[in-house]
Amino acid sequence: MMAMPDAMYGGHSGVTSSDKPLEYRDPNQSVKILGFWLFLATDMLLFGCLFATYLVVRTHTDGGPTARSIFDIPGFTLETFFLLTSSFTGGLSTLAMRNGNKKALVSWLAVTIALGLAFIGLEVHEFIGDVAAGATWERSAFLSAFFTLVGTHGSHVTVGLVWMFLTLLQVAKRGITPITARKVFVVNLYWHFLDVVWVFIFTVVYLSGRVM
Amino acid sequence: MAVHSGVTREPGHKKHKATQYIVGYLRSLILTAVAFGPALTHTMRVGPLIVVLTILAGLQIVVQLYFFMHITEGDGPPFHALFLVLGLIFTFAIALMSVWIMGFPAFMAQVS
Repeated sequence: MMAMPDAMYGGHSGVTSSDKPLEYRDPNQSVKILGFWLFLATDMLLFGCLFATYLVVRTHTDGGPTARSIFDIPGFTLETFFLLTSSFTGGLSTLAMRNGNKKALVSWLAVTIALGLAFIGLEVHEFIGDVAAGATWERSAFLSAFFTLVGTHGSHVTVGLVWMFLTLLQVAKRGITPITARKVFVVNLYWHFLDVVWVFIFTVVYLSGRVM
Repeated sequence: MAVHSGVTREPGHKKHKATQYIVGYLRSLILTAVAFGPALTHTMRVGPLIVVLTILAGLQIVVQLYFFMHITEGDGPPFHALFLVLGLIFTFAIALMSVWIMGFPAFMAQVS
């Protein structure tokens, strides 16, 4: 990694690097956080296209199951609750990292992973129920778009769970260093981003599907 | 020039507080609960209801970005916020303009 002048990172006289949160202290780690924000901006475009597709073909049910008939209110409410809560506990793991509390950091990451697993479990259960009721993704344009959008989010969450578990192992093994601090911060950015995407799925797909 | 506003860290190991996260969590729960109310009680017409739900979802983005993702922090100029705003504009443009153009009556008459 190319060494860059301190000024590019906003450093100015009088502020030593120890004034910054740990994950920003090393410029080589700090620039990776910036890069991850760029990734999130592009990942958002992927979801933007899938949302556009869903919104366009939402009513094209070809006489098959409709949004109103397959969306289960207690199911998607519980999924939303688990994911919102896991975003909170992920935030608490970032807090523990900044406070240098390794034990709390590992515990909150574990809680976040457990809530994420509960979310995925509910989603898989929902999909199995849909397919059993004849709502397969080849049935209609609506169902193709639905499973692609919600499934892409679910696969992101699954990747996030594996990633978070690997981060947990690294923290447990190496402790809180500038490198593991950056990894904890970035995996949580990803996790909060997925929570935002879910809020839109919840709004655009599930709630709107029940009222329209 | 505050490069990381929101975090005042003293060399003497000042502890960061969980307050910000708890407030963010409560706000996200409240926003979700508020969205459920009009959606399930059928007290509003569909058009205004969709607008209200979209605004509530937009506020959820703000809550996550500010309370959890520390969008106002960072190191140096806020390039990350610039990327994100640009991404959001493109995302909403793709979704909303698709809906708009695919809703043209003449076009729909052709495809269906």
